Amino acid sequence: MNVTDRLINPVLEKEFRLRMRSVKSIVAILSYLVAMALLAFGFLYVTMNDYGMQAFNPERSQMLFYFITGSQMVLICFMTPGLTAGVISGEREKQTLNILLTTRQSSASIILSKLAASLSFMVLIVIATLPLYSMVFLFGGVSPSELISVFLFFLFVMVMLGAVGVFFSTMFKKTMVAVILTYGFTVVIYGFTGLFAIFLSAILPRGNMLAGYVLGTNPMGALLSLLNEDFSREVFGRASSLQIWHIFVPFYTLVTVLAILLSIRYLRPILRKPAGNGKQ
Amino acid sequence: MIEIKDLTKRYGSFTAVDSLTMDIAKGTVFGFVGPNGAGKSTTMSILATLLAPTSGSAKVGGFEVTEHPGDVRRLIGYMPDFFGVYDNFKTTEYLDFYGASYGLSRAERKKIIPQLLELVNLSDKAEFYVDSLSRGMKQRLCLARCLVHEPELLILDEPASGMDPRARIEMREILKELKLMGKTIIISSHILPELAEMVDEIGVIEQGRLIAKGRVSDIQQGMRANRVLHIRLLEREDEALAMLAEEPYVSMSYLDEQGIHLHFGGTDADQAALLGRLIGHGYRVVSYSEAQTNLEDVFMEITKGAKLS
Repeated sequence: MNVTDRLINPVLEKEFRLRMRSVKSIVAILSYLVAMALLAFGFLYVTMNDYGMQAFNPERSQMLFYFITGSQMVLICFMTPGLTAGVISGEREKQTLNILLTTRQSSASIILSKLAASLSFMVLIVIATLPLYSMVFLFGGVSPSELISVFLFFLFVMVMLGAVGVFFSTMFKKTMVAVILTYGFTVVIYGFTGLFAIFLSAILPRGNMLAGYVLGTNPMGALLSLLNEDFSREVFGRASSLQIWHIFVPFYTLVTVLAILLSIRYLRPILRKPAGNGKQ
Repeated sequence: MIEIKDLTKRYGSFTAVDSLTMDIAKGTVFGFVGPNGAGKSTTMSILATLLAPTSGSAKVGGFEVTEHPGDVRRLIGYMPDFFGVYDNFKTTEYLDFYGASYGLSRAERKKIIPQLLELVNLSDKAEFYVDSLSRGMKQRLCLARCLVHEPELLILDEPASGMDPRARIEMREILKELKLMGKTIIISSHILPELAEMVDEIGVIEQGRLIAKGRVSDIQQGMRANRVLHIRLLEREDEALAMLAEEPYVSMSYLDEQGIHLHFGGTDADQAALLGRLIGHGYRVVSYSEAQTNLEDVFMEITKGAKLS
């Protein structure tokens, strides 16, 4: 087996090939770009009419960056579960999984290849939106390092949501159930954690950091803290150097690793040695 | 090649496979026969490392399926009763993917794929998309896929199900070729006559229990203990029927337009003596023959006995 054979896992190669041959993929990229472009140009259109001016105010450039980034974050939370929650259950429904499981591919290789292929497609979509960010650079106000950190954060969220999607897809036979549960998880971490943090901050005395920790499990809260350091200070207090994303990253790294490990564990049946006396 | 001992698989209170014990020697073509839900597919899934047994042991090539699933997978080619194919995959790409999944190098795959397509008569469909192939072609392609890593054992669960008669014949010819290549094959089917021609041994399974196993000819021989005799006389058949009903070893007799039918439990010598007595009573015998038992009769007879017990 040569180096190319070793580097390119067959499951990964198959996923790339099949995904890129599908018309659905092209439609997905196109729809995503159209949605993002409409949002970005809509923002420009609305802000151009501010204060009666018929031109874009360059001081709004940073706000445009935040707006595009926030919109991208929402779209990622819509797209990633849809792309990953059917990767194993879909094979099961198509009756191709059993055949794949009798090959010499390890469970880890199948799960990681499926996840990597789905995420590669999401990365491709997100990279395809880079030209939209050029509008921000046209007016200035945002550094390339900010853009890179935002993209790394997107990647992290995609891996996390993808791992959870693959986990549900492995544990449940029906893709529909896996998709619903993955979107349910997304709604909880995007919406419920945010609302709960707001509720806690309203009822708890000032200086209590519990609301901040809960907000640390919310992707939007973490993204805001990444874009604006002052946001974390408002939550944790001026004296604290703790950033919301400092909680978010380790917490969801644990969730991601756990989801991947459980998916690998339960992809194949547990072929434990039966009891020696022939009874269980 | 296969050693199964006290294999049991339960789903809650339902027992799919019940203390199954059997061996299959290397190079044997073994027909696994049984009605729907008898436990054939469950047994095959356990052998293919896709299901964990509740208790008992199953070994393939000396490897316990629960302890060395990786080694077992290397030895087997598994074709499930129902399987799907990937859309947007060409026939050669389909085989190439599975070849790579079994760890074959690019050069090895390039060499073996045309040979496999030739074996299953799909060389002219090499560049066709898999989902555009007919069901029979897909079945043959799946069989080629089973062979891509040159396994020693083929586990074929209803490989000819849903095929038209022509496709069945083609599949049977391929299996005969594989038998000549010395592969050990375990094959299940509802269509018993199609198994009869190619299997060395059959195992009859019902309600998870193996109720008969052995060479087809041996089982048929065993059934001769209760053979059916067919007698045609030139005249006086009613009279002869009354006489035959009184004869020893005759358990049942009836007359129809084809002649007299007797269920006879005697030996070959008793059968010859019966003919002698018929002629001795002055009956003019046109034909005196034993009804041929095929695999279907064997199956019906054995499973009838199992149900009664």
